[in-house]
Amino acid sequence: MAVLNVNPTRMELTNLKRKLVTARRGHKLLKDKRDELMRQFLALVKENKELRIKVENALKSANLSMSLAGSNMSDEAIAVALMMPSQKTGVELGTKKIMSVDVPEFKPAFRTERDDGIFSYGYAFTSSDLDRAVNELNSILPDMLRLAEIEKSCQLLSAEIEKTRRRANALEHVMIPNYTDTIKYITMKLDEIDRSTTTRLMKVKDMMLDNAHNYV
Amino acid sequence: MHKVAVIGDRVSVCGFKSVGFETFFITDPDEAASLLRRLASDGFAVIFITEKLAAELGDEIDRYKDAVTPAVILIPGVTGNTGNGLSSVLRSIERAVGSQLAE
Repeated sequence: MAVLNVNPTRMELTNLKRKLVTARRGHKLLKDKRDELMRQFLALVKENKELRIKVENALKSANLSMSLAGSNMSDEAIAVALMMPSQKTGVELGTKKIMSVDVPEFKPAFRTERDDGIFSYGYAFTSSDLDRAVNELNSILPDMLRLAEIEKSCQLLSAEIEKTRRRANALEHVMIPNYTDTIKYITMKLDEIDRSTTTRLMKVKDMMLDNAHNYV
Repeated sequence: MHKVAVIGDRVSVCGFKSVGFETFFITDPDEAASLLRRLASDGFAVIFITEKLAAELGDEIDRYKDAVTPAVILIPGVTGNTGNGLSSVLRSIERAVGSQLAE
């Protein structure tokens, strides 16, 4: 039983009762928030996992093609072939809110400089493995950005869930018990004072009657 | 338009140049750490980094975990998949739930 360090007065009691009501309401709200966050998070994390497996597999085969290209061509030749990319890829950054958590939205944005496809080189001096690698990377690109978006959202949501969970737990296991205990303590103390006053009055009355009429 | 960066060893990363990402060939963890900081303050929205390099960077990546941007995302490099990317997903579950879920 943890009793807060307060004076056992009626005013303190009213204050504490009011605080307890607020704490209970806060706890309920936080619990609801946590549950909803958790629901959203689990859906997101499932997608995250599937997407990650998909992207990793695609990257694996792209890397394989790249290694093959590297074995056919010299490093310099590859560097030269890829030196001037025909497009620049970036993201349009937006934000949306999931349960008042800001999460980013990445929309792929392309800036094409030459309109001749994704290949930035002539085919004469490069191996077909390089073409395949570039092609594979290009097709996985939207998924990669989507993965970045989802994975970031998951990280941010999990941080928020952790915070909310801690707050809810602190209210449930520390604040609310402390308040109820203290309220109980003050009530008992006040009752005790009441009783002692009553008995004192009775005793005084007895003594006064005793003095006045000399009853025994 | 915000830029997208890919950091890692040459072979893993050079392909991304052709699709229009900005590529950085780096294998030294210290250099990568300072590059990561520079990119983060430079307005890069997404930074892909190879798992191998990320494993050597450690805490440096966790600094960006709670910020909206940049999103630092692990990708497998040519040396193969270490499973760190997937385990980072599991870590965020662990953080949310408060304990390790049975997988």
